[in-house]
Amino acid sequence: MPLTDLGSPPQPSFDLWGDLQQLLQFHFMQNALEAGTIVAVVAGLIGYFMVLRGQSFAGHTLSQVGFPGAAGAALLGVTPALGLLVFCVATALGIATLSDAHSQERRAESAAIGSILAFLLATGFLFATLYSGFIDGVYAFLFGTFVGITDSQVAMLLLVALVAVSVLAVIGRPLLFASVDPDVAAARGVPVRLLAVTFLVLLGLAVAEAAQITGTLLVFALLVAPAATAQQLTARPGLGLALTVAIALLVTWLGLSVAYFTIYPIGFFVTTFAFTAYLIARAVRWGTGIAGRHGAALA
Amino acid sequence: MIAGIDPLDGLRAMLSHDFIRHAFLAGTFIAAAAGLVGYFVVLRNQVFAGDALSHVAFTGALAALAFGIDPLLGLFAATILVALGMGALGGRARSRDVVVGTVFAWILGLGVLFLSVYTTSRSSSNGAVGVNVLFGSIYGLSLRQAVVAAAVGTGVTSAVVLIARPLLFASVDSDVAAARGLPVRLLGLLFLALVGVTVAEAVQAVGALLIFGLLVTPAATAQRLTARPFLALALSMVLSVAFLWTGLTLSYASARLPPSFLIVALAFGTYLAVVLGRSVLGIWQRTRGALVSLPA
Repeated sequence: MPLTDLGSPPQPSFDLWGDLQQLLQFHFMQNALEAGTIVAVVAGLIGYFMVLRGQSFAGHTLSQVGFPGAAGAALLGVTPALGLLVFCVATALGIATLSDAHSQERRAESAAIGSILAFLLATGFLFATLYSGFIDGVYAFLFGTFVGITDSQVAMLLLVALVAVSVLAVIGRPLLFASVDPDVAAARGVPVRLLAVTFLVLLGLAVAEAAQITGTLLVFALLVAPAATAQQLTARPGLGLALTVAIALLVTWLGLSVAYFTIYPIGFFVTTFAFTAYLIARAVRWGTGIAGRHGAALA
Repeated sequence: MIAGIDPLDGLRAMLSHDFIRHAFLAGTFIAAAAGLVGYFVVLRNQVFAGDALSHVAFTGALAALAFGIDPLLGLFAATILVALGMGALGGRARSRDVVVGTVFAWILGLGVLFLSVYTTSRSSSNGAVGVNVLFGSIYGLSLRQAVVAAAVGTGVTSAVVLIARPLLFASVDSDVAAARGLPVRLLGLLFLALVGVTVAEAVQAVGALLIFGLLVTPAATAQRLTARPFLALALSMVLSVAFLWTGLTLSYASARLPPSFLIVALAFGTYLAVVLGRSVLGIWQRTRGALVSLPA
């Protein structure tokens, strides 16, 4: 129920410790913070590689596919998280098969993807219409919610996150190599194709996880913005990964806390904080660039 | 609301409703404009400009509602301004998908805020307004809105017909067109503004999220069917209008399926059939060619 009026919101006292205690005394906020933390770590790590590999459009497609998945699951009486996972992973495999066969015809490809996207979203809308919990459900799927996350949902998020992060830990180093220079990596015997397929499936998992907090339309806030911010600040992969996760965590925690103290939806705060972080990083880079050129000119 | 046994009677019953007449009036012109503009959107490879504009349309319409302005005004102002801005930035904005992704996620987030402001401030009288903007509400158009949509649709259609020839030249080979003295840049800017207007129109019919069903799918189908540009342009418009009419009629007959779903599903089904049909035809021709060339 992200958009219904829950009465007057709790007032922050601006005593940070007191506010934090007020926040944590509710079980649903504890669950929301746990879920947010899990999601931010997964989305940050996988988002870093996604931006590095220039696959944010695949991420966009996967996130929109999540909507019919979640709505279809709700219609069938299954938990929406399951629908999200199944649809995102299946689409990831589909993209992996199709993108190879048709990578030459870029114009036809973008028209085809656009048509498929519109059809999938229309299907999601049909499912949501047929499902009785109509409007609130649509908004929760599209724009996220943080109230009513159950213990079992947190457990499922954690399980999927553990699988995704372990696989990423195993393939991380060759994946980095294959992402930065696929030709040289292939020549050195790195299984570039297998890595690409595995990564797309991981991306599907990350999108399905993130969509449960930010909603399917706002997944980019956690998937793209923290990684893009980190890559503005550093080119070193290890530092970049750590920075991405830190920014994703900060954005999620801030978003959850501020959303708790206002009547406005979490999706707005998470996207705004993520976008602000990106703008600050651009400004910092621009500033240091000018300072660097200035120093070089003086020397 | 099941249609009668006699199809003519059913049709007469359907057209006796005001909301259906408004939907057909507005929808026909919206679909015609989307089919024509969509042909060039696909030809010029600007599908993602259309995607970006649909996000802006969502936020623009809800911002207008939140501030108590006419949502149509917010819709058109937002899409046209952003389309012109994108045109001014030119090729620089296209390649950086990370920047575009970050900015447009934020714009959608802003739209969510306006939606929440609107639904919480004006009691809960119209909680479905966000769903209407996202997925269309063609049955909810008033006579005034339908007339405005028809007039704007006519304007867009005439503008595209007027600039079709130079725009086609500039789209297919912009360097040669520029060398021949065509104002390529101005044409590009004018075209993006037309895309902006069309997106704002189509939001009323199928909604911000399903725009590609009218803007891209009929055009992509037409381009698969013929390589002749003006024939494809006309075909794209005819297909778009046909999908809209069929979708509206089926939705009325079923009473349960939303019109925007049916329009998009019909368009996609046709696209899929054409793509599959062509590849089957291609395989058959190749096989026949191979058989003919076999030594007897």
